[in-house]
Amino acid sequence: MSTSTVETGSASTVGTVTRGRVRRAHRRRTVIVVLAASIVLVFALTLMVGRTFYPPGDVVRVVLGQDVPGASFTVGRLRLPRAALAVAAGLCFGLSGVTFQTMLRNPLASPDIIGISAGASAAATFAIVVLSLGETGVSVFAIVVGLLVALVVYVLSFKDGVTGTRLILIGIGIAAMLESVTAYILDQAAEWDLQEAMRWLTGSLNGATWDKVVPVVVALLVLTPVLLYQSGNLATLQLGDDTASALGVRVDRTRLVAIVGAVGLIAFATAAAGPIAFVAFLSGPIAARLVGPNGSLLVPSALVGALLVLTADLCAQFAFGTRYPVGVVTGVLGAPYLVYLIVRTNRVGGSL
Amino acid sequence: MTTDTSPAVPGAAVVRRPRRGRTLWLLAVLGVLGALMFASVTVGSRDVPWSAVVAAFGGSAEGFDQAAVAKRIPRTLLAVLAGAALGVAGAVMQGVTRNPLADPGILGVNMGASLAVVTGIAYFGLASATGFIWAAIAGAGLTMVFVYAIGSLGRGGATPLKLALAGAAISAALASFISAVVLPRNDIADGVRSWQIGGVGGGTFDSITQALPFLAAGFFVCLLSARALNLLALGDDLAAGLGERVAAARGAAFLGAVVLCGATTAVTGPIGFVGLVVPHVCRLLVGVDHRWLIPFSALGGAALLTAADVVGRVVARPGEIDVGIVTALIGAPFFIHIVRRQKVRAL
Amino acid sequence: MTTAHSLLVEELTLGYKDHVVIESLDLAVPPGRITAIVGANACGKSTLLRSMSRLLAPRGGHVFLDGREVHRLPSKEVARTLGLLPQSPIAPEGITVSDLVGRGRHPHQRMLSRWSREDDEAVADALEVTRTVDLADRPVDELSGGQRQRVWIAMALAQRTDLLLLDEPTTFLDVSHQVEVLDLLTDLNRSLGTTIVMVLHDLNLAARYADHLIALASGRLHAAGTPEQVLTPETVRTVFGLRSEIITDPTSGKPLMLPIGRYHGAVAEERQVAESG
Repeated sequence: MSTSTVETGSASTVGTVTRGRVRRAHRRRTVIVVLAASIVLVFALTLMVGRTFYPPGDVVRVVLGQDVPGASFTVGRLRLPRAALAVAAGLCFGLSGVTFQTMLRNPLASPDIIGISAGASAAATFAIVVLSLGETGVSVFAIVVGLLVALVVYVLSFKDGVTGTRLILIGIGIAAMLESVTAYILDQAAEWDLQEAMRWLTGSLNGATWDKVVPVVVALLVLTPVLLYQSGNLATLQLGDDTASALGVRVDRTRLVAIVGAVGLIAFATAAAGPIAFVAFLSGPIAARLVGPNGSLLVPSALVGALLVLTADLCAQFAFGTRYPVGVVTGVLGAPYLVYLIVRTNRVGGSL
Repeated sequence: MTTDTSPAVPGAAVVRRPRRGRTLWLLAVLGVLGALMFASVTVGSRDVPWSAVVAAFGGSAEGFDQAAVAKRIPRTLLAVLAGAALGVAGAVMQGVTRNPLADPGILGVNMGASLAVVTGIAYFGLASATGFIWAAIAGAGLTMVFVYAIGSLGRGGATPLKLALAGAAISAALASFISAVVLPRNDIADGVRSWQIGGVGGGTFDSITQALPFLAAGFFVCLLSARALNLLALGDDLAAGLGERVAAARGAAFLGAVVLCGATTAVTGPIGFVGLVVPHVCRLLVGVDHRWLIPFSALGGAALLTAADVVGRVVARPGEIDVGIVTALIGAPFFIHIVRRQKVRAL
Repeated sequence: MTTAHSLLVEELTLGYKDHVVIESLDLAVPPGRITAIVGANACGKSTLLRSMSRLLAPRGGHVFLDGREVHRLPSKEVARTLGLLPQSPIAPEGITVSDLVGRGRHPHQRMLSRWSREDDEAVADALEVTRTVDLADRPVDELSGGQRQRVWIAMALAQRTDLLLLDEPTTFLDVSHQVEVLDLLTDLNRSLGTTIVMVLHDLNLAARYADHLIALASGRLHAAGTPEQVLTPETVRTVFGLRSEIITDPTSGKPLMLPIGRYHGAVAEERQVAESG
């Protein structure tokens, strides 16, 4: 009767397992290297291309701090901070988006959809139009309100614990409310404030300065390790709350830490560059396609985010007749992919 | 109501009891609506004497007071019509999709109507009110079909979560398209801005007359669908088993709702959450029979929108808050309440 | 690897929001045996299992794992002793079998030190025991229901716990796969001495595979003991509100429950009359 087949794992099986794991890690590493290289490439391109073209030699000299007539101002003061902000904001959006998507097991549950960007936007509009705050004031206000909105969504979805589904839906409700607040404030705005607010709302890298870049980089330096430290727990959370608990993950705490980290990143990036549409949303799924189901998506997704913003900004400036803000380009180009993504997600019912 | 005085079957009395309640509720809602309409004409950012109100109803518009009142009459009418249309559209959409969160705002239908109109203005020289209505209906219809098609793919059909997410995501995408259309065109930016918040302040008899045939057709179709919606509530298979032509019935009801949304959005701009809140409250009052629910939602929607408009005028004196914003501020907490009440599994 | 762990429930009261599901329940899980929890729908079987694996904090009473209260122990420490397979776990899209099974190693890994040789061995073991080695590189989405359930059990095995709790491991499986999964759990119990606690729907399968049967009726312990002690017409009537006849299963020698509806009791009654007369 009992043809019990339990024995210790034979060497060959252990070999299979190890090989599979190494292969998966290898693919992930390759993707990361290629993405990083592409970012460097596009970054360099952004510094060279513009109304005037500067050869690589000039650019390198400017970056090294030497004085090159003309190039020092254009590249050093205009293009370099702009590109740096693009990369930093892109990293923030990518990392923060994928954290939410992994945690809530739904690629559509990115901060742009569930109210956090809407909260930061409403706050910034309020700060610009009603409070007439300066740039720093607007940023701080947007960050604080972004965090508050995330907290409110979290608290409202709490009922015998938080479920991802409820959190997403409540986020959508809050977002709808905040959007109408933004619309109202804009409606009351004076002409000048309106332009300022609109530019902010569409997400733009115009007027990027080192003053804007530094806080984003600091946020990245502080919060990235926090999120990466949670990546094991987040991966386990993908198996469902019960399974994750059974594997020793403290679900609520993991979720809270991840939310605070991710919201912090998105709020700082949004404060500096505006809610650049769909970057948080698209980075994770694109990274998932590239890497495959081979381990944590946090780093690949951050890189995809940076590459997206850099490339989109380049297109926005030069590919069309008018100079669009980068947010319009990511929004319009992102929309078809977004639709494809929803179709796909719903059909297979899967997560990322 | 048939007045059968002798309950032959013992159960009949039980069956009939809610009807008496419904009649009472009907009278109550009518009374409230009447009071609100009265308030809407008399109350506003400008205080006017009684004499002016009376004179304005007589057709006179001399002096600021009477002119103010004369402007409030079409505005009130528009609030009533738009509210009724959105309430009915919400009830029908919730019925067709069997989804408690279906609402033209949440599903992105209003955004679709807005994009269609904005595109029409920017590229096709659209200028007439009727043109706006057709464009808005087309935009609303396409978006609705699209969102529903996407939301119902995959396991479990159109669950509230999938539908709401598809709606929110499509809304976000449509908003990007709207800014891409509008940003390079400074000349139309101002006119377009009114397409982003719904309000009834700009209502005139003219715009109402333009929309009226569409609204009438929409109401008619929705009322006719009531019986079919009762069957659809039991699930497609069962409805088909009971002899309903499911696809046709659903299509007709859909069309009715879309025409109502589109025509309303074309006149008022996007107004969210009326379609969500009203049917839920009405269901508590009169139950789930769509033959009652639809007319009640019409009255309830009219009352809600009129009230929201009055509140918007009173709260921010001497300015005004557009009714679309007031409904969102009332509606979003309600939406959250529904989500919290639902069992997680049902989402 | 087994030193028998004890799992003890004392005066446990459980509930969600405003209603109580389990009231003042005492039970002990016999170490090294297979225990099945049976009961009618919504009688609190899954709730009890969730609380025993510290997913649900008790309203009152205690769950003791090796004499220490399970809800006070660090999560990872519990997860190294006690594994749980929930009723509907979620497989991330596209994940391969060996990756999913590897996720079971979570409680044994520190945050930064990643994979060890021991992790690979545990995964390999789990794949072999569940006969899923050939599936190792396949995506979980593509597997059949029976295969998928074996993979999930493999994940729980990779956790290398001496106690394994399973919530209806046989739902959505056809009868041959049900037997296959239960045989697999028996293998584990026999060869590794793993203590198994599972919620089962099917009384007869429960009686056949379990050493110890726990019957719950509306939130209270109705009976506990060997299948022969627990599975009586009286238990079936109280727990399920159903008339039944219990015979000895000719294939396994365990008790077998035959339900009697309103139409098919005639033969049994005739026989009872004949026996008494």
